Amino acid sequence: MSTALSIRQLTKTYGNGFQALHGIDLDVAEGDFYALLGPNGAGKSTTIGILSTLVTKSSGSVNVFGHDLDKQPSALKRCLGVVPQEFNFNQFEKAFDIVVTQAGYYGIPAKIAKARAEQYLTQLGLWDKHNVPSRELSGGMKRRLMIARALVHEPRLLILDEPTAGVDIELRRSMWSFLTELNQQGITIILTTHYLEEAEQLCRNIGIIDHGRIVQNTSMKDLLKTLHVETFLLDLKESLLVPPQLLGYAAQLLDHHTLEVQVDKNQGITELFRQLALQNIEVLSLRNKTNRLEELFVSLVEKNLAGAVV
Amino acid sequence: MSSNYLNSELAANMVALRTIVYREIRRFTRIWPQTLLPPAITMVLYFVIFGNLIGRQIGDMGGFTYMEYIVPGLIMMSVITNSYGNVVSSFFGSKFQRSIEELMVSPVSPHIILTGYVTGGVLRGLAVGFIVTMLSMFFTKLQVHHLGVTVLVVLLTATIFALGGFINAVFARNFDDISIIPTFVLTPLTYLGGVFYSINLLPPFWQTVSLVNPVLHMVNAFRYGILGVSDIRIGVAISFMLVATAVLYGVCIRLLVSGRGMRQ
Repeated sequence: MSTALSIRQLTKTYGNGFQALHGIDLDVAEGDFYALLGPNGAGKSTTIGILSTLVTKSSGSVNVFGHDLDKQPSALKRCLGVVPQEFNFNQFEKAFDIVVTQAGYYGIPAKIAKARAEQYLTQLGLWDKHNVPSRELSGGMKRRLMIARALVHEPRLLILDEPTAGVDIELRRSMWSFLTELNQQGITIILTTHYLEEAEQLCRNIGIIDHGRIVQNTSMKDLLKTLHVETFLLDLKESLLVPPQLLGYAAQLLDHHTLEVQVDKNQGITELFRQLALQNIEVLSLRNKTNRLEELFVSLVEKNLAGAVV
Repeated sequence: MSSNYLNSELAANMVALRTIVYREIRRFTRIWPQTLLPPAITMVLYFVIFGNLIGRQIGDMGGFTYMEYIVPGLIMMSVITNSYGNVVSSFFGSKFQRSIEELMVSPVSPHIILTGYVTGGVLRGLAVGFIVTMLSMFFTKLQVHHLGVTVLVVLLTATIFALGGFINAVFARNFDDISIIPTFVLTPLTYLGGVFYSINLLPPFWQTVSLVNPVLHMVNAFRYGILGVSDIRIGVAISFMLVATAVLYGVCIRLLVSGRGMRQ
């Protein structure tokens, strides 16, 4: 499988002296669904900005499907579709015109552009709004419009910068299945998101960026394996006044009906339930306190922060 | 590079150019009450007040009635303000709404982006110029003395001011910045550019000072095309406009390539 994106020693120092990227290296394979995560100000948007040529890099190289950013910017741009974090279309234009116009910028003749605009607006559930000025669309519709616009020239690499921010859960799930479908069709996708459940569900590989450095770059599976302790919340049938004694587990009562238990991955939860049953404690339901990826993400970022402070 | 690649690049850029021009035309025709109607009303007022009422008291100028004399200047004034205004508001609007990013992330060459915006400005300038010309027919008989010069001068003037509008839009950071140049530079230059008078009426010192006003060259060259009279040499005026077009185009391309005001 060839490389869709290759970044080498990429640095960016802004005019005010702030160094946003400290020489990052990143490879994304063709066909991958890759999560690029990081806290606010970590360098995600700067990286995406450089890829889409809206931010000028200070040094390093960027290569998309073999096209070098410095030597073949035009060929690189044809491979790339970008869905930015903020709405960046003409608020006075109609949704259909926005998509068709974008196709025109890529040299796609009007007839084909109109057919594709109809196809993508329909797939994204926006066709009944195609003649509506974009400023009249809801937030979720505007996000979908930006996805349709990014797809109209049929890019091989799609970069989505928080595409589901502010989108309700139902719509988010339908966008997930749409993105999964695109990925299955062969489009490489790079996703940044603050919804870690989204990254865990959709992405095969993951990079975590913090303070302008890649602090983790691995497969989602391998990363989740490194999670040693998971925290579960147990909803109890009967109320408890003191936490039960559970050998090998750290437990505390959050309220009389909710027990928080930390479970080491080598222990499993069978033994936990056995001990609870022995004490006649009946559990109604069980859930993770936080998303597994979120626990890892927080620990990695905190570790990096501690390193930076030292 | 293979010829096939170059041909496909050229074809793609031509589609992109058409797209930008079409989008610009769509913009200024969609908001015609703001773009096409006001200059028509303003110019009718000029014709009535300056040409008809005051002009009758002034008498002939350069061998023509005052109305005949000012019509070319007023047409040119509307071309100048509209070609400039179209590009400065459209490009700054794109920056303000960040829709300029749609163009920046696409493979369109800077030359095509600039040509697209400038063509949009020129077309609006010509559209308004045409409307004003039609309206002037209600007030005077208009005969074109030299069609070639008329067309060349109006195209060069519209291009120069469209390029000027582009530079203004690149540097503008807020809406005030796109009105400062038209108010404090463009309007005085136009009014002092021989629209309403012949510089021969001025004392010799002010005649010489007037020669550094670029609008004077454009208005007089256009007046030469329409009436056959000019205060300045037509060859000098056209040469000046050609040089100004080339220099401004170069400046605009440099700004676009550097991404000033558009890239971080």
